[in-house]
Amino acid sequence: MLEFFNIKRDIPFMSYARVTTFISLVTFIAAVAALGLKGLNLGVDFTGGTVMEVSYSQAADVHKVRATLTGIGLHDAAVQNFGTSRDIMIRLPLKPDVSTAKLSEQVFQALKGTDSTVELRRVEFVGPQVGKELYENGALALLVVCLGIMAYLAMRFEWRFSVAAIIANMHDVVIILGFFAFFQWEFSLTVLAGVLAVLGYSVNESVVVFDRVRENFRKLRKASVAEVIDNAITRTMSRTIITHTMTELMVLSMFFFGGEALHYFALALTIGIVFGIYSSVLVASPIVMWLGISREDFLKPEKKEGEEAEAEAGTV
Amino acid sequence: MNRYPLWKYIVIAVALLFGLIYTLPNFYGESPAVQVSPLRGMTKVDQGLLKQVDEALKKGGFAVQGIALDTAGVKVRFADAETQIKAKDLLQSQLGENFVVALNLVSSSPKWLSSLGAQPMYLGLDLRGGVHFLLQVDMKAAITKAIERHVGDTRTGLREKKIAYSGVSRQGEAVEVKFRDAESRGKAIEELQKSAPDLLLKEVEEGGEFKLLGTLKQEAQKRIQEFALQQNITTLRNRINELGVAEPIIQQQGADRVVVQLPGVQDTAKAKDILGRTATLEIRMVDEEHDVVAAVQSGQPPFGSEIYTERKGLPLLVKKGVVLTGDYISDAQPGFESQSGEPAVHISLDGRGARIFKQVTRENVGKRMAILLIEKGKGEVITAPVIREEIGGGRVQISGRMTSTEASDVALLLRAGALAAPMDIVEERTVGPSMGAENIAKGFNSNIYGFIAIAVFMIFYYRFFGVISTAALAVNVLLLVAILSLLQATLTLPGMAGIALTVGMAIDANVLINERIREELRNGLSAQAAIHAGYERAFATILDSNITSLVAGVALFWLGSGPVRGFAVVLCLGILTSMFSAVLVSRGFVNLTYGRKARLDKVSI
Repeated sequence: MLEFFNIKRDIPFMSYARVTTFISLVTFIAAVAALGLKGLNLGVDFTGGTVMEVSYSQAADVHKVRATLTGIGLHDAAVQNFGTSRDIMIRLPLKPDVSTAKLSEQVFQALKGTDSTVELRRVEFVGPQVGKELYENGALALLVVCLGIMAYLAMRFEWRFSVAAIIANMHDVVIILGFFAFFQWEFSLTVLAGVLAVLGYSVNESVVVFDRVRENFRKLRKASVAEVIDNAITRTMSRTIITHTMTELMVLSMFFFGGEALHYFALALTIGIVFGIYSSVLVASPIVMWLGISREDFLKPEKKEGEEAEAEAGTV
Repeated sequence: MNRYPLWKYIVIAVALLFGLIYTLPNFYGESPAVQVSPLRGMTKVDQGLLKQVDEALKKGGFAVQGIALDTAGVKVRFADAETQIKAKDLLQSQLGENFVVALNLVSSSPKWLSSLGAQPMYLGLDLRGGVHFLLQVDMKAAITKAIERHVGDTRTGLREKKIAYSGVSRQGEAVEVKFRDAESRGKAIEELQKSAPDLLLKEVEEGGEFKLLGTLKQEAQKRIQEFALQQNITTLRNRINELGVAEPIIQQQGADRVVVQLPGVQDTAKAKDILGRTATLEIRMVDEEHDVVAAVQSGQPPFGSEIYTERKGLPLLVKKGVVLTGDYISDAQPGFESQSGEPAVHISLDGRGARIFKQVTRENVGKRMAILLIEKGKGEVITAPVIREEIGGGRVQISGRMTSTEASDVALLLRAGALAAPMDIVEERTVGPSMGAENIAKGFNSNIYGFIAIAVFMIFYYRFFGVISTAALAVNVLLLVAILSLLQATLTLPGMAGIALTVGMAIDANVLINERIREELRNGLSAQAAIHAGYERAFATILDSNITSLVAGVALFWLGSGPVRGFAVVLCLGILTSMFSAVLVSRGFVNLTYGRKARLDKVSI
């Protein structure tokens, strides 16, 4: 049997609880500071505006493109290479009085005038109202996911677990956002989808540990609360690391082969996965302990729950 | 203890067969095709059309790969895109104006698959290339238009009933009628309550004047808005048919928006222009009683008239009263004027329009009539000819310094009908065809390399159970692709990322099971008992963790839009298929291998 994690004795995670919580508090504050000071570099989906991607047959001249755009009165256009040297990305901010839908046509015609080999690869235009709605819906989705997960965990486990899990996961989300703010990576709709997916996914981690905690309260009658949690974390550690490595393999595959469109999506997932492991083990568990979980909380309802789970399992 | 009853194996086998059949069309891919469908449902789609198309292509010497008839029309498959385009041109010229000939992609899977309803996945615009527009209907304009109609109706209604009033006008979103005394106002209220039930009437006394304010009732406003939206969708559909796009999507979104998706459209400028134009035609009389020059100088047109500029650049006074609108047009075709050879638009009016036109021309022989093209609230006089004689039969020809392209655009717009209210493009996403193909490759590569990496690790780490986990994972992908193909859910690039992510997450269930089995073995359970306990104990955890992911997926689907929605669909479906494959299918494999052995000393895990 090949094993990477054959740990004979339980690791006393809970005795390091103060240290680990302190570390996550520092990262959390750093992330909040990055968000507060730099803010998210919101993509066109949320801010509104136009993004165009054009491709030339030879290496593109960014300066020439910029000059062409200035020539037709677009001084605030951002022009940059994108992917390969032949591809160019142009960003045009929203203008209140110009019919923006026509803007991309004008730009493309002007570019075609200077170099006829230019090919239009992609245009995205989002009006101000739509951008605002996408932003609001995104925030709402985040809230709904949090509430939904909390409600489910409270129902399935105990309110302390649901509070701890959601704190741990909000901590992940804030850290992902902090990274995006600090490095000024573009935060698009796809990245938001990645963040929400990671939220649902990394709650799994807490669920797995909590499941064990519940089971241990039944089995390890003499152990203290801290010991019960330590045992639960140690026993599930192997699974935690292997599962996350597998998921990360897939995410890395997206990062390397998925092109620019999936680049930041994969990046958000990577940060989410790394911090997800940390937070669900070393943030959620101490919180549960400090919220004062005890064996008595599980004695009666726990038995019923256990039977239910067995019954469900039996039907498969 | 590790044996399944026969029915469970049958369930697994059926699921696998289902997965294989419905995934299969994706491997055949799609081939270029031309779709011929009748315009505006005037002509029937039948064997006759099929024969006509077939013969035309045979005469032209085209190699047809397949020809089929369905409810939408006749679809002809070709070997390559070049033949496809040539065939399209040929068919367009042979079949004439009553058919839409559009480029399309048709599944090239064999007939028995298609007859089972098995089709390749429906690719989103980011994978196949095309344009996506979100259009916002200007509802305020629709209401204003309705009020203006009421102003006209009120004026004629009161005049017919001989109720004295001193003025009718539009004040914001209300009809304002002024009276000299309260008595005639009372009569007017009585009359309007009968003839205009949509109006909410309010009496106002102001500076010795007796006024009546009519605003639209709530339900009337709602009805007008719904009508405007429906009318716009119909018009858009007509216009898009004229553009010749196969499988366009035109859908209502929310209360005042329309989504338009045109797969494969290259000329976005043209599409945008045609969609956004609000052109409608108005025929009015020219005001010849007043002096144009004086009106232009003072900047104050006489009451009941407006100043317009003709194409030649001369100002013209046009009466506000509309004789005819574009609504009465039954057909419009571009052509040339018989005498001068100038580009012109030939218009046919419907029965009612023809009657009105005949009456107006009879009463106004010798006077000038202006034909205006109204676009985005601004009117332009195309031509203002002198009426030489009564014109019957409802055939009108308009010409006046138009280019032939303009003439054919105007004809198209008139034919397709007017928009009930103007629309603005509030979101646009265009993806070029080369980029679509690249995105497919990228999404596919991410999946395949990620899968290989996971498979290698799992087999290396868990040995035989790793093989089983990988097999279960493959079944998961198979089922997921099969369901996506069956539902014809739109697959986008984020959707492909969703498949990858689901695979990456689905392995969690197998890792949980395998780890649990190892642990039970370590605790000293026998091999059979450990497998049994591993699956049973892991199940509750798998269920819990999948439900939390499902919560995120459902919220994303509910609140997401466009490509994100595609991601959410894949995520939700993937969670369901992964539960099935990780628990039931992998257990089935294990039971088949180990379950029959009475004494099992060693498990390869």
